Amino acid sequence: MSAPPTISPGSSPLSRSRFGTLLARIDRPVLAAFGCIILLLLVGSLYSSSFLSPDYLLQQLQVASFLGLIATGMMLVVLLGQIDLSVPWVVTVGGMMSTAAAGWGPLGEALAIPFGITCGAAIGLANGIGVAWLRVPSMIFTLGMNAVAQGLMVLRTGGFAPQDHATSAMHVLATGRHILSIPNALFVWAIVGAITIFLLRRTTFGRAIYAIGNRERAAYLSGLPTRRVIVLAFMASGGLSAFAGVLLAGYSTKAYQAMGDPYLLPAVAAVVLGGTSILGGRGSYLGTIAGVILITLLQSILSVMQMPEAGRQIIYGGVIIAMLLVYGRQKRQV
Amino acid sequence: MARIAGGDFRYRFAEHRGTLLAAAVFLAMFAIYGANHNAGFSTLVVTTAANKGVLLALVAMAQTLVVLTAGIDLSVGMIFVLANCLASQFVVGDALETGFGILIVLGAGLLCGALNGLIVIYGRLQPIVTTLATGAIFYGLALLLRPVPGGEINYDLADALTGDVFGVPASLLMLLGIVLVIWVPLRRSVTGRAIYAVGSAEAAAYMSGVAINRARFTAYLLSGLLAACGGLMLTFVTYSGEASAMIGGSYTLNAIAAVVIGGVSLYGGAGSAIGAIFGALVLRTIGDLLFVFDFDPLWQPLFQGVILLSAVTLGSLRLLRVRNRLDLFG
Repeated sequence: MSAPPTISPGSSPLSRSRFGTLLARIDRPVLAAFGCIILLLLVGSLYSSSFLSPDYLLQQLQVASFLGLIATGMMLVVLLGQIDLSVPWVVTVGGMMSTAAAGWGPLGEALAIPFGITCGAAIGLANGIGVAWLRVPSMIFTLGMNAVAQGLMVLRTGGFAPQDHATSAMHVLATGRHILSIPNALFVWAIVGAITIFLLRRTTFGRAIYAIGNRERAAYLSGLPTRRVIVLAFMASGGLSAFAGVLLAGYSTKAYQAMGDPYLLPAVAAVVLGGTSILGGRGSYLGTIAGVILITLLQSILSVMQMPEAGRQIIYGGVIIAMLLVYGRQKRQV
Repeated sequence: MARIAGGDFRYRFAEHRGTLLAAAVFLAMFAIYGANHNAGFSTLVVTTAANKGVLLALVAMAQTLVVLTAGIDLSVGMIFVLANCLASQFVVGDALETGFGILIVLGAGLLCGALNGLIVIYGRLQPIVTTLATGAIFYGLALLLRPVPGGEINYDLADALTGDVFGVPASLLMLLGIVLVIWVPLRRSVTGRAIYAVGSAEAAAYMSGVAINRARFTAYLLSGLLAACGGLMLTFVTYSGEASAMIGGSYTLNAIAAVVIGGVSLYGGAGSAIGAIFGALVLRTIGDLLFVFDFDPLWQPLFQGVILLSAVTLGSLRLLRVRNRLDLFG
């Protein structure tokens, strides 16, 4: 299957106005996703006028930051044409390991956050080795790693009640608002996002990810270190999921089992709604940002409407399908 | 002539190697299980094991059909749960009402499968994303039906189907019946061949005039039906319905694992539902073995994860035989 050429930065030779080239650069799906966000905000404001207040929007962005971190990692993996189904328990590992480190005295408290992220990256490393070197389909290998991570966490918490309280640093990072009452978590997402955009657009690593996603064999023949790139992408995904777990533990002041379960479907949905092809090789980070905000707003509106869980699930699934049918369809093949 | 026959045999052996391997592993494991169980191979032990195994086997069969077309169905577990909730509502009363109830449950499964198929074929969305989203819808419907666990079932029928017939577990006979009525005719039909063709090379299948849309649709349709059969069976085992995301999720994941252990290729076009059934039985026997050997329950989830990983990693042994590195990229 031939993926259409991606619009690479700075490749447009036409001397149009800057704004024109900017618009041309943004994919249609990304525009559609932002359109859907505005539509959701309008629908929400019909329900309650507080929907358009800065305070509410900032709070939504704070909640979106957690999903944003996970979706960032997921996007890197999806761009490769793979998928990371180990998200639920890697998030939990991040939360539990960082709070565990916090119990090891002052040094542990200081290293809690990096320790949690490292544990996640280690699981990502295993995922990457399984996919890149052992050539096991990522769907089944990450599923297995998810089970292993779950087993490890059950083993850790099952016998005794471990220390599970977040450090004050985690709490501040997840819930604090120090600069202009903008949530700290949003800054974290913004920094991670900026780094990701830089990586994807301006480095060989980023271009290699797109190349592998388009056709791994061709990337290999072009001399790209395909296996190393795949491993690094899975490590980033694991580390970012664990980072989200650290923040979530800070947000709710403690880590608990299955805290990552509600994040797998939204993360995949956010990436795909943002126009990234699930087959890999195509997609922009701007789209993922739009997808994350879209999903967060949708969940928020459904809960504000006091919809029971059943209705929420049905509408949630239905809206994702409907939006994808509008703009996420594949090109007709064969 | 002899050479051709030999080649034919080699080809057939290669085609069924995964299935045979899974069957052999299962038989060995079940023998160890029975030998170490206090009660030995009593009818009760076998029937209990069969009832648990058949549930996963049905969902694994459902998953197989879609995987053969090179797709994946992440909603099988939720169709399973939805059927469970429907059955706990409708499969009650006298024989006629019960019969209607079963039709409702199986019909709902067909509808779910048809929805998946229509979206994937005519909506041209990727199966993995589609079924992730439709799974949420099916779960929502199940929750709508059963906000809290409960309901009932036709107890006579339930006891008959979870008991034994002359020492043979009735659930196993039912599974055999389903295989004979659904899988064997499908495998031998033109549509069945088309399902394999689509999964192995879609473009070539299209060029050869294979009805690819019909093949895909049939796969999703029957996948929904089989998952619903599993949900119905679950109701017979538990006597009640429960809309649990955890049950649905775990069945979806275990079904994928069973499919892989049963020798079905996730890239499509190779494997059989029989293999997936043995894969499911292997997975269930692992849990039983851990129980028989008095394994610390705390270690069980980790152990199951490690076994799952090892099983799928065993397939990487083929890499040792790869001569041309480009073959790695498939």
